[in-house]
Amino acid sequence: MRNGSAGTAFWGLLARDGMGLWRRRGELLSPLIFALIVATLFPLALGPESTRLSSVAGGVCWVIVLLAGQLSLDALFRSDAEDGSLDAMLVSGQPLYLLALAKILLHWLSTGLPLLLVAPVIALALGMPPSGVATLIFALLLGTPQLSVIGACAAALTASLRRSGILLALIVLPLAVPVLIFGAGAVEAVLVGGQASQALLLLAAGAVLSLAFGPLVCASAMRMSAS
Amino acid sequence: MSEPAAQLAPPLLATEGLCFMRGEEPVFGPMSFSLKPGEVLMIEGANGSGKTSLLRVLAGLLEASAGSVSHGSDDRSGPGWQVYLGHNGGMKADLSASENLRFATRLTGLRKGTSIASSLKSAGLEGFEDTPLRFLSAGQRKRAALAGVLLAPAALWLLDEPYANLDQNGQILVDRLLETHSSRGGAALITSHGLIRPAVTRLSRIPMACNHA
Repeated sequence: MRNGSAGTAFWGLLARDGMGLWRRRGELLSPLIFALIVATLFPLALGPESTRLSSVAGGVCWVIVLLAGQLSLDALFRSDAEDGSLDAMLVSGQPLYLLALAKILLHWLSTGLPLLLVAPVIALALGMPPSGVATLIFALLLGTPQLSVIGACAAALTASLRRSGILLALIVLPLAVPVLIFGAGAVEAVLVGGQASQALLLLAAGAVLSLAFGPLVCASAMRMSAS
Repeated sequence: MSEPAAQLAPPLLATEGLCFMRGEEPVFGPMSFSLKPGEVLMIEGANGSGKTSLLRVLAGLLEASAGSVSHGSDDRSGPGWQVYLGHNGGMKADLSASENLRFATRLTGLRKGTSIASSLKSAGLEGFEDTPLRFLSAGQRKRAALAGVLLAPAALWLLDEPYANLDQNGQILVDRLLETHSSRGGAALITSHGLIRPAVTRLSRIPMACNHA
């Protein structure tokens, strides 16, 4: 690819931010550690009875993934807004849609994917039957990209604020409720002996929609943050 | 375009009655000027007079409240037709100068006949190519950012305080970059707080204006 093409800009941004994350790889672990700690709190709070734990395991996994995913959001655009590289991206004349997509992909690869791999372990530890775990993995595969899209839009919107803190969660969590409902619903349906397909199809529809239109929203949020 | 002279050198950048307000408060304007190929224009003004806002409006990062910015006949649809250097440089502190420049060239393209190594050398950063920027001084980081300007294929440079943080050699470096750029038909708009005397042949200066109603 020729330097300066939309493709090199996309991969270049992914490579640059990926390298930056690798330099601070300790930060990559914090959502995972948070997820594992929260998961161990549930047996302590609810008691070790396996029936009670396994009946809430699906919902618990989803809430943990949702909350742990928030931890790395603030960093997604903040340093770009502070060091002027957000300006450089906007002035470059490259399609912002693609640059926003690279940011979303980066968040999913660095946070969504690791959580997706840890969640089945948590689910099994809480006593979820294997059929439920399979559905959980599939639902997370469809749901976590949507969480990354919503999160990236909110992070771009709050990037120029000195501290976004709770504001980021206040924007993201209400928007993430449908993902949570259908994601946890799919797992629940399988566990009570029903079909998960309806919830999974709705999740898939949401994933398609948010990946198609989310980068547009994220791009205009990036533009607003620079002005 | 009836005059042949105008056809020969359409301005790369021209503004007409450009004003900018932040809320109800006027920041600058009206300002009208044009920048032709081979020219360097220095915008002078005190701290807080709106120089950075002007550059951000020209770069398209802020929307003007009134007036217009036009870009001559140049093709400005593609990437890398202009370069904007803000005062914070646009570089990642965790990455080295050459890693930052690699991203910059992927984003905006690479000028023919330049390379990352050669631009870092001419910016005086030889030996610091692979040091993360957080370990470099403010002046060295400025030099890294200037090396990025050198690499971009852009004809129009918008540089916010290019002389800030630089030692004497660094200021001579900026003069040399501007001279080279204007001699090959590029144009640059730079800002300064007034004490800087750039040694550039085709330099004109205009003060920041703020007197609109």
